[in-house]
This record gives sequence, C-alpha cells and structure tokens, in this order.
Amino acid sequence: MKMNSIKVNNLTKRFGSFTAVDNVSFSVKQGEIFGFLGANGAGKSTTIRMLTGILEPTSGDALVGGFSIMKEPDKVKTQIGYMSQKFSLYNDLTVEENIRFFAGVYGLTGKKYEERKKWVLKVANLEGKEKLLTGSLPGGIKQRLALGTAVIHEPKIVFLDEPTSGVDPVSRRNFWDLIHDLSAEGTTVLVTTHYLDEAEFCNDIILINAGRLIAQGNALELKTTYIKNTILEIESDRVVDSMSILEKEDWVGETSIFGNYIHIILNDNTKTEANVRDILTNKNSIIVHRVDKIVPTLEDVFIHLIEKSPSQTLP
Amino acid sequence: MIRKIFSKAVSFSSPLGRMGGAVLAIAKKEFRQLKRDKRLMFVIFFFPVMLLVMFGYAVNFDVKHVKIAIYDQEKSSLSRDYINSLLHSEYFDLVDMISSEKEINKYLDEKLVQCVIVIPIDLSEKLHSNREVKIQYLIDGVDGNTANIISNYANLATLTFNQKFTGEILAVKGMKQYEPIKLDPQFWFNPELKTSKFLVPGLIAMILIVTAVISVALSLVREKERGTIEQINVSPLSSLELILGKTLPFVLIALINAGFILIASYFLFGSEVRGSLLLLFLTTLIFLIASTSLGIFISVVSDTQQVAFTLATFISLLPSLILSGFIFPIDSMPYLVQIITNVTPVKFFLKILRAIMLRGVGIEAFWDQLIYLGIFTTVLIVLGTIIYKKKSQIV
Repeated sequence: MKMNSIKVNNLTKRFGSFTAVDNVSFSVKQGEIFGFLGANGAGKSTTIRMLTGILEPTSGDALVGGFSIMKEPDKVKTQIGYMSQKFSLYNDLTVEENIRFFAGVYGLTGKKYEERKKWVLKVANLEGKEKLLTGSLPGGIKQRLALGTAVIHEPKIVFLDEPTSGVDPVSRRNFWDLIHDLSAEGTTVLVTTHYLDEAEFCNDIILINAGRLIAQGNALELKTTYIKNTILEIESDRVVDSMSILEKEDWVGETSIFGNYIHIILNDNTKTEANVRDILTNKNSIIVHRVDKIVPTLEDVFIHLIEKSPSQTLP
Repeated sequence: MIRKIFSKAVSFSSPLGRMGGAVLAIAKKEFRQLKRDKRLMFVIFFFPVMLLVMFGYAVNFDVKHVKIAIYDQEKSSLSRDYINSLLHSEYFDLVDMISSEKEINKYLDEKLVQCVIVIPIDLSEKLHSNREVKIQYLIDGVDGNTANIISNYANLATLTFNQKFTGEILAVKGMKQYEPIKLDPQFWFNPELKTSKFLVPGLIAMILIVTAVISVALSLVREKERGTIEQINVSPLSSLELILGKTLPFVLIALINAGFILIASYFLFGSEVRGSLLLLFLTTLIFLIASTSLGIFISVVSDTQQVAFTLATFISLLPSLILSGFIFPIDSMPYLVQIITNVTPVKFFLKILRAIMLRGVGIEAFWDQLIYLGIFTTVLIVLGTIIYKKKSQIV
C-alpha cells in the first residue's frame, strides 16, 4: 500500500462571512496524479494556497510531505513545488537566468545545479537556447519551462494550478506526458483543471463546488457511482428546438448540448428511446437520427452534481 | 567572475551559506533585470547628476552684484569717497549715476536697479561741522531676502566709512581713535559662507533617499503586480532573505552614486570631506537602510507600480526638500511643524552629514541622530509587517 503523501483533514477557510473552503477532507497517495476539479471561485486555488503553506487555514489541518501546514508551513515549503495559474517566470530574464535564479533560491549549486539545469532545458526542449529571452518564447514552451523550474529541486509533491489554461491541445498533451513522467518517478502531482478531458488522465479526482467536496473517485467511479439515472444521447435535426421541447417534460432532468448531440439525464428510468421519439417526431415533426444510452461523460457528472448541490451566495 | 568566487566561498558554510546563496540569487536577478531596464537605469544614474548641477549652480543664496543707481546731489570729493567705499566690493554693481528725482522712480519701477542711493546736497557741510547727515537707501522690497541683505551691506559699508572718517578727524585734532569693542567674526567651517558648501550634504542626502526609496518600492511592487511573488512565497525563501536580496543591488548603486556625487562636488564646488571617510561610509549605510525600510513600507501598501511610484516620489522628495533642514532651518519653524519634521530620515542624516563633511567631527557629535534613524527604521518595518500580514489574509 502506498503511503499518503497528502492528508487533508476538515480544512476550512473563511474570509469574513464568506466561506471559501468548507470542511474539505481527502488524501493523496505518493506518486498519484490527483485531479482537482471545480468551477472558478469554487475554492480550488484557495485550497492549494493553504496546502502550499502560503495561506493560513481558519480551521482544520493537512499533512503535506509529512509536515503540518498549520504548525510547520516553512518545512512544507521545502517539500513541495508549485506552478501557479499566472506565469511565474521572469519575462525580462533569459531562460538560463531564470533557471539559475530558482536554483539559487532552492540552494542548488555546483554539479547538482548543472545536472538539474540540463534536465529543465531538456524538458522544455530548449537545449542550446538558454540565452533566449523568456518573454519571447511561445506559450506551450513557457509552460514546460515553468514546470521544469517548479520542480528543479526534485520535490516529492508538486501542485499545479491550471497549468494548461490557454495552451494549444498538442502542447497540452506534451505537458501531460511530463506529468506522467514525474508521477512514474514517484512524485505526487496535484493538478487543478477546468478541462474535463484532462481529468481522465488522473488516478483520483475530487470535485469541488462552493467550497465543498461534492465527489471523489477515479474517472470510472465518478461516472458510474454518481449518476444512477439513464443518460441518453440524441442526434436530431433541430438540436436547439429538440432540447427546449425535451426540457419541458417532467421525466427529463438536465439537458445539455454537445455539438450536434443532446445529452439528457432522465428523472424516470422507465422512460426509453421510444418516449423521446414520440415527443420529438410524432408530436413536433423533428427528425431523430439516433437515440443511444450512454455512459455519462465526466462533464455530465460534473454538471449533474453541481446543479444538485446548494449554491453559495457571493460575499 | 567575482561573483563566482564569492558564491563558492559562501556555499561552504550552511545554513548561513544557504541564506547567503539565496540572497545572492535574488540580488543577481535584480541586477540582471535592472540592466535590461534602460529607463530605470537612466533615472538612477542621470537624476543625481542633474540635481547636483541644478542645485549647485542655479540655487545660490549669496547675494552679489546687486544692481544699484546713485543720485549724488553734492558731487563732492567726500561723496565720491563714500561711493567708492561702497563699490570696491563685488556686492554692488553701479548701473548708472542718475541726476533727477524722476529717474529714481523709473529705475526702481522698471527694475533696472534694486536699490537707489541718494546722497544729500549738504553732505560735506554737515560732516565737517560735526553734524549728523542722512543718506537715503531706496531698496526694492519685493524680494525680501535680498532687500534685507542689501540693507546689511549698506550698514556695514557705512559703519566702515564712519570709522575711517572719525579717525581722520581725531587725527587732525591730535587724538587717536579708540574703539571700545572690536568685532572680529570668524565663520567656522564655512569661512566664505559659500552657499554651495552648505547645500552639498543636503543634495547628497536627497539624491540618496529618492533613489533608494523609489527603486526598492518599485522592485517589490513589480513582483506583486506580475504575480511572480507567488512563486517566491511558496519557496523556502524567508522574507528577510527576499528583502536583503532585493535591496542589496540598490544600496550598492546608491553608494556608488554617493561616491560620484562627492567626487563631482569636489571638482565642481570645491567641497571636501573634513571628517573621517570611513565614518561617512558607515553612516551612509545606516541611512540607506532607513531609506530602504521606507521603500519596503511603500511597497506593502501599494498594489500597482503607479501608486508605488507616486507615493515614493511624494514621500521621499517633498519632505527632504522642505522639512529636513536642507534649505529651511528647522529651528525657525513653528513647534508643531518641528515635530512633523521627524517624518523624514533626511533630517537626522543631514545633521550627521554636515557634522562629518563640514565640521569634521566624530561620532560624539551625532550618536543621537543614529539612534533616531534606528527608531525610524524599526517603526517602519514593524508597521509594514503588520499591514502585510493583514493584507495577505484577505485574499
């Protein structure tokens, strides 16, 4: 059994009367890729800032790399790496100067420094290009460089806060290859993301909404445990009309559009394809090409859970 | 180069070595960023020189070459004697001899001269019959300062003339002149009462504080604005290491600037450092630490570079100019204002600078000012830390 790398117990953060993180508990095993999903303002970044020791929790505690964030945040910082949402390197320094700076901050010198520097350059595909100004690099490469410098000191745990936002799909895939490599080497990676397809890459996922943990499990578990209702995928002619017609039926729960298809979650599992065709074709003359029962996508689960959970009023 | 040797030496002893290494890493980064910021470089190095030249040459409280016109109603050898005694210094410049009352108004109104001297027609007659005679000095009072000085010169010149004249009369009667009290003022430290000597220490202090405060405040706020501060916050770097590393390059630059200014003012104004150079260096360092704490405080309360720059300029420039004793003597200010003058560290440093540079005295003369500087620094750092902690708990 793998050891727990991060153990979060009843972590809470209040800013005045606004509760940003509400009694969150979970644990992450060493070497796992842990996904942190949630909308903007759900509490992901606040949780990460507490786990990295830069924000003091209101109550609760967490052990990160064996150290308590409440009692020993400074020791926590020696165990972790962090890559923030905002680009954290200095655009007015060269690649080499950035690497040297962060190496200096973490106390890397001599041979160790040279070794890690080579590694970072390789990871970012910038060998031979050390003298380039960081601000002049393309987005995907910048992100890889940022990740490389974030782990230059070979931490046991890495926190990545939406590391691939604004990056093209190819670069995103490359970035996730890096994350997999890190995990294979035994580094625990905690990633927050909007992109649900990225969540599929994680060993374990938690869903946060309005500061509360509303689901936990790996991708398969989430898809099969949280939605017991039937989900139908419908391909029809007039997509928007179909959706608004179906929404009015009381046996239909959430509806969402996925490109040319509609996903509907049924409130009543006795209803079938026949009922759908009945409503759309017979009563409204819409041509229906296909109605299939599907396994919910993570997005389905996500939307379903969020719409079910109580919403928080903004402060 | 030199840094490599230094950092190798530093890495041998940890944890001091570790701390030193971290501080150096930050300092080096600041230097590299600074090198690329041409605008900031320009301000840091050009601004002091410009101020020095401007103040040194343009600002001058010495009143010389005052333009005067003389209306000699008598035109005797005695009146010519008197006039010559006035003119033989560089304080008065004769523009014209006028010959009617009407011209008096013209010369004063059109500001052709600042003073018109009227010598009465019965000068010789009155003087030779042992009677008092009045000589009229019509002074343009618009510039009160100069007017005052002119009347002082006039008094002095007339006094001297009186002495000489009385002496001659007594000599004719076979008596020697007896002067009960003879005044022999000696102006210590600045014998020629040259304004530039007086101004140079203040200039140095002002240039140092403005440079230090602005550069430190901006460099910290820039990290906040760009978000790079977060990456530093999650690292094991302590606040002390961060602040030391960030201020080190600017303290160094400020010290170099100070050196330049000293050398420049020696060549431009002939001002020398009478006291110990080592003491000068050490006290400047302490002053720079105080200025830096002001810069840090500003960076804590400012969220954008614009706010930081405005605050920094306002707080460092104005009080240094008006409240520090640079130009206006503090002792002449109302008591309430005197208390307010403690808001600028330049006040304390100026006393130290003048003591070392102009008077050449040692630490006995200004140790209390050093303590005030220490209190100033401590108060700012404590306040800054409190506000910083409060702000970081909000979001």
